[in-house]
Amino acid sequence: MEPIRSIESRTVVVPFTNIDTDQIIPARFLTTTTKEGLGKYAFADWRYDASGAPKADFVLNTPEAQGCSILVAGRNFGCGSSREHAPWALLDYGFRAVISTEIADIFRTNSLKNGLVPVVIDEDTHRWLMENPGAQVRIDLETTTLHLPTGAAVRFPMEAFARYCLMNGVDELGFLLQHSEAIDRYEQAHQA
Amino acid sequence: MSSKTLFEKVWEQHEVVPETADTPAVLYIDLHLVHEVTSPQAFSLLRSRGLKVRRPDRTLATMDHSTPTDPDEVFGRIPIKVESAARQVKELEKNCREFGVTLLGLDSDKRGIVHVIGPELGATQPGKTIVCGDSHTATHGAFGALAFGIGTTEVGHVLATQCLLQRRPRTFAINVHGRLQGGVTAKDLILAIIGKIGVGGGTGHVIEYRGPAIEALSMEERMTVCNMSIEAGARAGMIAPDETTYRYLEGRPYAPKGEDWDRALERWRALRSDPGAKFDREVDIDASSVEPMITYGTNPGMVIPIHGVVPDANGDPVHAKALSYMGLNGGERLEGKPINVVFIGSCTNARLSDLEMAARILKGRKVARGVRMLVVPGSQQVKREAEARGLAQIFIDAGAEWRESGCSMCIGMNGDIVAKGEYAVSTSNRNFEGRQGAGARTLLASPATAAAAAVTGKITDPRELLTA
Ligand code: SF4
Repeated sequence: MEPIRSIESRTVVVPFTNIDTDQIIPARFLTTTTKEGLGKYAFADWRYDASGAPKADFVLNTPEAQGCSILVAGRNFGCGSSREHAPWALLDYGFRAVISTEIADIFRTNSLKNGLVPVVIDEDTHRWLMENPGAQVRIDLETTTLHLPTGAAVRFPMEAFARYCLMNGVDELGFLLQHSEAIDRYEQAHQA
Repeated sequence: MSSKTLFEKVWEQHEVVPETADTPAVLYIDLHLVHEVTSPQAFSLLRSRGLKVRRPDRTLATMDHSTPTDPDEVFGRIPIKVESAARQVKELEKNCREFGVTLLGLDSDKRGIVHVIGPELGATQPGKTIVCGDSHTATHGAFGALAFGIGTTEVGHVLATQCLLQRRPRTFAINVHGRLQGGVTAKDLILAIIGKIGVGGGTGHVIEYRGPAIEALSMEERMTVCNMSIEAGARAGMIAPDETTYRYLEGRPYAPKGEDWDRALERWRALRSDPGAKFDREVDIDASSVEPMITYGTNPGMVIPIHGVVPDANGDPVHAKALSYMGLNGGERLEGKPINVVFIGSCTNARLSDLEMAARILKGRKVARGVRMLVVPGSQQVKREAEARGLAQIFIDAGAEWRESGCSMCIGMNGDIVAKGEYAVSTSNRNFEGRQGAGARTLLASPATAAAAAVTGKITDPRELLTA
């Protein structure tokens, strides 16, 4: 994983609450055995009509949304299934971060493991972002701060170890494997 | 000693390395369930790092999500129609062979939906930590296990190390008082709970369901409740084990035997929240006021009693979008509304007692004209028992399709789908847009309500048919 220090981009706003992972990538695209190339399925049922043509009124299909790598969405983003295909699809599409007032647990964990930065912020900041799509914002992981074009700097919570892994491109499996002896001891003690 | 919750006891018994401010805990996993959709990339990870599966004996694989339910496809008389699904099946067979993992594959008589077979085989036990690359792993919490869904990267972590890096979640007690009324099921109870706390209400928490109404439930009903914890945003839901739990487990293939059973019982009896144990959050629910419930929207929190009225959008664009997708209007009653499809199945409601409930309503009756009804048992064992007890014949005589086990119409990825614009009363757990097929409109309900809708062709209070 590439180390991430900060992300700067215009935002694209998908203004719905409770966007579930079936919307982020419908189940019929999960019969894959790799992680690659899922971006074309991101929000597939909102992006395309039954004939496969882009729906002009969906925000990702608008000219302004092109090239934006920060997604702003309503509360409880990523709820539903545990499919890691959801962050894989968003990353492959070109997103680097998701901002909401609440991000579902499993989706958040899966995102962190793949370098999609989940940013949880307060209602007021969120309202401003929803009302100002296309705003140029910067997410700074060093200080866990979201910088708005208004000059406002908003802190967001991020678990210390996840942040360390993101900033240093560390993958957690390596860290877990370093604990092999402790795991051996645990198994012996529990006759497992 | 301070009072502890059930969750805290199980968590602390599995800490290999406790958490610190800088690092999450290393948590030991007792049982890892694997299926074909969320595991291929995890096995690839192991291969690319030259790693083995650390504990194949604690890993159990099956296929359920993308597998067909048509017997001809399942037993290889014709090829699997969804080609990419066939590839996933092959891939899991290959991975299990190569890494020495037990696979209950397509031809196994123990195969089924992963959350149905774990308990059925007795692999799911009180006090265990159980994970699976599937959010409905919460189901196993019905036994007092700490069970939660993980992503594919984490599936790789558990395969390689039998451990996960985890921050300790918060605790949430849902106290359910009173008693469910006749014709009102565990499914109605959990839908009512989700309606009350909301689809994000449990985020960051492990729920413990407790109180007299929970204690009165059978194991299968408890599984239905815990199953949908994730629909309230909670990764795990737990119920303290008791005599009901032990009676269910005793004698099952993977359950401890002889002296081991006695020792296990002793351990399990300590698995309950101590009096005075503190939860981060508590909610009280009165079971006796719960009615048969049905969803009207595009998340499980959009739910009303069967005689209720669809709430108005009141200017809320998200609510309006959901109603427009569902083809419903605020102020409308659902009762009496014609439907097209009835699906009885899924890890929420495809166990024997669910099928019995549906059969009670269907017995001697016919599926209404123009309605398609699919009954899909949760496992091959449920299928055999339902056939032996004559339930399958009741479904077939009524005009329903009776299938091999699998996730089927719960998730539109195996060939069983609901057509665009059609209304399906489903006993599954998710009514998200497109969940049962692009454009499909899902109404979640209990097996009783689903069976009643099949008979009348419209949304019906099942109690009318249970007494008739
Ligand atoms: S039945 Fe549905 S919810 Fe359950 S495991 Fe299968 S797809 Fe997931």
